[in-house]
Formats: sequence, C-alpha cells, structure tokens
Amino acid sequence: MTSFTLNGKKVTAASEPDTPLLWVIRDELNLKGTKFGCGIAQCGACTIHVDGVPARACQTELKSVAGKTVKTVEALGTPAKPHPLQAAWMKFDVPQCGYCQSGQLMAASALLAKNKNPTDAQIDEAMSGNICRCGTYPRVRAAIKDAAATIRKG
Amino acid sequence: MTNTNRRNFLKGTGAAAGGLMLGVALPESAKAAGTLYTPNAWVHIADDNTITLLSARSEMGQGVYTSMPMLIAEELNVDLKKIKVAIAPPGAVYTNALLGAQITGGSTSVRDGWEKLRVAGAQVREMLVAAAATRWNTTPDKLTAANGVVTGPGGKRATYGALAADASKLKVPEKPKLKDPKDFTIVGKRIKRLDTPAKVFGTAEFGIDVVMPGMLYASLEQCPVLGGKVKSFDAAKAKAVAGVVDVVQIPDGVAVVAKSYWQAKKGRDALKVEWDEGPAAAFSSASMMEGIRKASADPASKVIPIGKPVGDVSKAASAKTIKAEYTLPHQAHAPLEPQNFTADWNNGKPVLIGPTQFQQGAQGAAAAALGLKPEDITIKTTFLGGGFGRKLELDFVTQAAQISKAVGKPVKLIWTREDDMTHDFYRPQALNQLEAGVDAAGNPVSLKHKVTSQSVTQRAFGLPKDTLDPFMAEAAVAAYEIPNTQHDLVIHDTGHRVGYWRAVSHNMNAFANESFMDELAKNAGKDPYEFRMGLLKNKPRFANVLKLAAEKAGWGKPLAAGRARGIALMEGYDTYMAQVAEVSVTNGKVKVHRVTVAADMGHIVNPDIVEAQIQSSVNFGLTAALKSSITIEKGRVQQTNFDTFEVLRMDESPAIDIVLVKSTEKPGGIGEPGTAVIGPAVANAVAALTGKRVRTLPITRKDLA
Repeated sequence: MTSFTLNGKKVTAASEPDTPLLWVIRDELNLKGTKFGCGIAQCGACTIHVDGVPARACQTELKSVAGKTVKTVEALGTPAKPHPLQAAWMKFDVPQCGYCQSGQLMAASALLAKNKNPTDAQIDEAMSGNICRCGTYPRVRAAIKDAAATIRKG
Repeated sequence: MTNTNRRNFLKGTGAAAGGLMLGVALPESAKAAGTLYTPNAWVHIADDNTITLLSARSEMGQGVYTSMPMLIAEELNVDLKKIKVAIAPPGAVYTNALLGAQITGGSTSVRDGWEKLRVAGAQVREMLVAAAATRWNTTPDKLTAANGVVTGPGGKRATYGALAADASKLKVPEKPKLKDPKDFTIVGKRIKRLDTPAKVFGTAEFGIDVVMPGMLYASLEQCPVLGGKVKSFDAAKAKAVAGVVDVVQIPDGVAVVAKSYWQAKKGRDALKVEWDEGPAAAFSSASMMEGIRKASADPASKVIPIGKPVGDVSKAASAKTIKAEYTLPHQAHAPLEPQNFTADWNNGKPVLIGPTQFQQGAQGAAAAALGLKPEDITIKTTFLGGGFGRKLELDFVTQAAQISKAVGKPVKLIWTREDDMTHDFYRPQALNQLEAGVDAAGNPVSLKHKVTSQSVTQRAFGLPKDTLDPFMAEAAVAAYEIPNTQHDLVIHDTGHRVGYWRAVSHNMNAFANESFMDELAKNAGKDPYEFRMGLLKNKPRFANVLKLAAEKAGWGKPLAAGRARGIALMEGYDTYMAQVAEVSVTNGKVKVHRVTVAADMGHIVNPDIVEAQIQSSVNFGLTAALKSSITIEKGRVQQTNFDTFEVLRMDESPAIDIVLVKSTEKPGGIGEPGTAVIGPAVANAVAALTGKRVRTLPITRKDLA
C-alpha cells in the first residue's frame, strides 16, 4: 500500500509499487483526465505535478510519490472557478481533439506558477515536451499569454 | 475527384452493404429525465424541455460536435447553450451521402450536412408549429418558433417540450421552408465550441476512459511484421504475473488479460510468441519504392487515365522538355490517443464503446468477426483523441470484441504507442513523374503527369484491380491552363498495409504539381507567383486565393537576411487554397517562421473552427514536410515511438495568418487541404533560399548538406 496526497486528499493505492502513477491515477483512483500517449515521457499527455513540479506520470513509479503531494488536471480548477489558464483555454477555444490538453494545461500551470510573464522562448522551453498532434500550438501560446496577463492583474 | 465519383464508387463496395440498421437509439449520455420524443433522427425533445441534437459524425477535433448542431439549431431556432449533443449510433439515416457509408472523413461533414441538417431542423420546427396550431385552433402562419418556444396570437405560448408529444405524431414534412442565408443567426458566426469545457476540465470521455462494471484490461502482442501469424506461444510466465486472468489467442495475435492495464502489459512483456512472419518479412522501404519504379516503367502495367486528356501532348510543339520526379514516403497517423476499444460480449449481444470514425464499419466488422448479425451489436462512439484516418480502420475494434468473447467478460483493449506506430495503415509511398514541353519564353505548352502508387481503396473496400481509385487522382490535375495535358495512374501493390492519411493523395499530387510549377517558373526566369497567375486567367477562384495569400504574406517585399518565401496552390474537397511559407535554414535545418493561408471554401459554418482546422492541417503537414517518415526494414517498421517518429512541437510551430474568402458557393471541406499545400510551399521556399530543389519530403539535413 502506498499513501500520498492526491488533489488535496490523502489516498492509499493498492497497486504494485512499481506501477506507473499514470495507471494508478486513471484506473485505481479513477481520475481519467490524465492521459496515456507514449509511455516513455516523450509526449506530455500524462503531465501532473509532484510537489508542484511537472512530472510525467507514465515514468513516475507509484512508490516514488509515497508521502508526496500529487496534483492532476481535476484539481486545476472547476467550471465555477476555473484556473486562469482554463478560462483562457475556453476564451481561445484551444482544444481540438482535446486528448493532450490536460497535459498542456498542467505544463502551462507549472510555468505560470514560477513565471507570470513568460517570453515566447520561455513558453517554447516549458511547452515543447507536450505534443499536440492536432497542432493547437498557436492557440496554446495565445492562451498562456492571456492567462499570464490575467494573473498579473491579480 | 468529384463528390459523385466518390459516392458512386463506395456504393459499389462493401462499405455501403454493411450493417444497415434502422431506427434510432439514443446514447445513454444524452438521455433526458423526461419522456423523450423523436420527431426525426436528428432532434430529440423531452417533455422536460431537454433538447438533444445528434451529430452523425465523430468528434475527433475537427469541430463537428459544434458545427453539426449549429446547422440543425439554425432552423430549429434553439439556443445552442441550452441543448445537449450526442454522437449518433449506427443507422442508415446517418449515412454520409458523399461517402456512401456512416463515415467521418474526407472533409465531408459540413458538405454532406449543409442542406440535410438544416432541413432536419426545419422539419421539426414546422412539426412543432403545426402541433401548436392544432392545439390553439389556428394556422401555422400565425405562429413563430424561437428560443425553444412557439408563440401565437393573444400571448399563447408553449415550449418545444410541451409540444413534442403531439409533434412527433405528425408526418415529417418533406420540403420544409429553409431560411435565406442572409437571415442566419447561428451559421457563419464564431460560436464557441460545445466540447471545450469538458476538454479543459479533464472530463471529456475518450475511448481510453470508458469503464464497464467488472471490466478487465487487455494488451495484445501482434507480429512485428505486418500480416504475420502466431505459430505458437508460451503463456506460462505471463500467467504467473500478478493480476493476469487469462491469455487468449485471436487472429491478430496473443492477448494478455488482467485486472489492470499495467498487469496486462507486464504479462505481455513476459509472453513468448513464435511467429510465422509471412512474405512481408522481406519488405524494405527501398525495395517497395523500387517496385513502384519498375511498375511505372513496365510496359505491361495498366495505365489508367485520370480525367480526360486536353489537346494532344504527343503533338505539342515545344522548344524544350523539362522532366522531374517526386517521391513521398510512408507516413504514420499517430493520433495521440493510442488505439483502444472497450467490448462487452454480453452473452452474444455485444456492446462496443470507443473511438471510431466508421460506426457502420465497426458494427459490420465486429459482427463478421464474432459470427453475429450487425443488428446484434451495439456501437457507442466516444470522443476521439485524434483520428486523421487511423480510426477509420477496424482492427482494434474487432480485436477488443474477440478478446471479450474469449474471456466472456467486458474488456478494454489498449494499444501501446509502439503498437500504434508499428501497426498502422500507412500513407502509401508514391512516385510522381512530370514532363513539360515549354516554348521559347518558358511557358508550358504541354504537361504529362504520371502517378504511380498503391491503392488504399483496393485494400480497404475491395476496389477491383486496374480500375481508377478516385482517391489516388485527388489534386493530380492542377488548375493551370496548359493547352495539352495528360494525367495517368499506375496502381502498384507493394504488399505493405496502407491507409487513408489526412488529405490522402492530395499530399503526393499537390507536392509534385506545385514543386514542378516552381521548377518551370525558374526555367522561364519568372517569379513563381507571376508565373502561376499567367496560367490562371480563366480560373477566378484559384487566382483570387493565390493573390490574397501573396498580398497578405507581402510577396515580393524584402525579407530579413537568410529568409525566403515559397508559394503553393491547390483545390481539394471543394476548397481553394493558397499558402505562402517563409523559411530560414540553419546548419541544414529548416525553420518555418510564418505561413500565410488564403482559403475560399464557399459558405462557412463557423469561421473560428475553420481557422483552427487550417492551423491544425498546416502543423500536421509540417511534421511530414520536415520531421518524420516511416521506414521499413525486413518487414519491420523502424520508428516505434515519438522519439524516433518526431512530430512538430511548440518551438517549431510557425505563426499562421489566415484570410478567408466571403462566399455563398456550396461549402468546401477544411480539415485536410492545408496538410497537402504546406509541403510544396515549404519545399519551394527552401529552393528559393538555398537553390536546392528537394524532390521528396521530409526535407532533412542530408538533403541540404
């Protein structure tokens, strides 16, 4: 049994300790927002935060998060109280198929948590680990800048 | 190719014959609390006023979850914010008239639905009004239907829900009155996508998210050589893995079934399978392309004309002959959601849920694989995590159904990315050979274009050998006014597994035509834009988009040092499109800084979704133009994941400027043409910058060394 904090709640997972956190979150703890895309940390669809740092859940073993704090897209915001990034994502209608967008949002929220005014180069650096096969990149970039402006205004 | 060709063609094949289901069953997700009435197959109204509009097309990012309801809502007069949307089940009524089957593909959704869905909305509106007229003892012309309410003289008022029971008993009017497009309040507007919130809060249900009670998980080992069969397997070690419930053989391989996905995957890793690899084990990319070249040169090959020749190329007098050959490699679809489907055998009444572009095919293929009738099988469609043509295929659907039948329990089959990359239905290799005769001024007096490639339609729909595959003729005949032209097709089966890939043969044919046009312009010493314009005197829609793209891109104006522009033009899916790409090259690596797109696609349903699709199709095409291809050695696909099949990322995504032509022509498709036009636009820019003409894609460092 492995215990950790998931989206603000203490959880205990029964999966084998070497199970990738991705499958624990999705199938044992039943939060489906975090996606499987490649299994080798190349696409970013499974991006989550572990103690506030973006991580690839497909390459994070369950045992490595014992006692730690894990956050998924489900805790980023709610329809009633969206994260500024989620509000911007809706404003710009960023998603197409939508499959990568949880990962995009988690990568972007980690960026804005430490940099409220990212340059294009900094956005490139933070977001180039996240593949969007639909090619929504122009809108992802626009929405990050819009959300950053919202956050700066407070 | 024309729509009629495509439709007639598919009608004659298995696609149209499979699973003709009558009647309409509403997906669980769309069921309302109240009693449900179904005036027609597109509109469901419950007496609690819940209105559900059905999309007969799968949502894979292209926006049909919004654009299809927009067309219905325009005539039904309902607020899109107050409706629900459901993806339709298999049903003959939902057939895509442009493709002859219930298929989402070919950039057809709006073109097929443009009239049909407005009629569907207007029918129900007229039925609701007629029901109110009877109830109030008046005539329909005294009533109005708006915002989900019918109102009449003296402040009479009834919601659509309150009229639904009466309305659904009425005869469906065959020719309801449609609005004049100038009165549209929804169609043509930048309506927000209805699926965005769910995709932003992580609640949209994709195939991979489906849960059934008591569900097990499966991971399937397939032969590393496509088409290979299981000779024998040893499941002892797999069965010893914790959580593994069963190991079962199906025609495509050996499935490990477990209580969790990861246990199934671990079990699969412990599995030992001996394969009969079959004849494909001898294939390589080089040998297959050699086969295509031989077929092109072989006098015994059947030469199939594409369209009618113009003039007589053999008699055209020219000062000089210019020849060039272009080749394109295999490509993978690689949608970000790996193939998956969830199946419940359900004692011979299977329920299959997942991401498919082809409901009717899924039903028919599963029925055939399970020895059942199509009507025994329920198909429910989730959101698709990308499609691009891959989810037209039915392999993963039948596999899930077969595994569930074998274990007698609900099973979710999930492919790995490696499974997806190495077991795709790949875009075919192609050889395009062009030959032009030009006069002393360099103007073309004749053009011969020979396409040699593999037919997807022979494989997918049983197209007879040596007959025209209309998909292979796409964009082969360009717009340019040349007095003598001849276009031919040679179909060669390499034996490799091929599929419809976003924009299909527009990719190969437009790459060849538009690269060659630049080569002819260079020979004539003319600007590529002016040269094209000179050949478009009686082609106003082509000339217009070319001009708009050039103007917006600043064609001819100075650029920063080390940059150049390239231009390309095409008609595809009834959409006219020109693109200008602005590039630089550093150490042999091409960077695309800006792409300008002008499109004339007739009536537009939602300009914002159109722009999104243009951005998407350009970026999708850039992966094939600059990043990756699929290569085969000893029958094995060499690329296995996104580390070896690199796709375009944020730092490589160009600025994209878009000009849309206002038009009242019939709607064109927009999901695909951009993918085909960006390749030659980039190749032409690279040639303009470096002087090197690269006649294949992707353009790599090696090409520019």
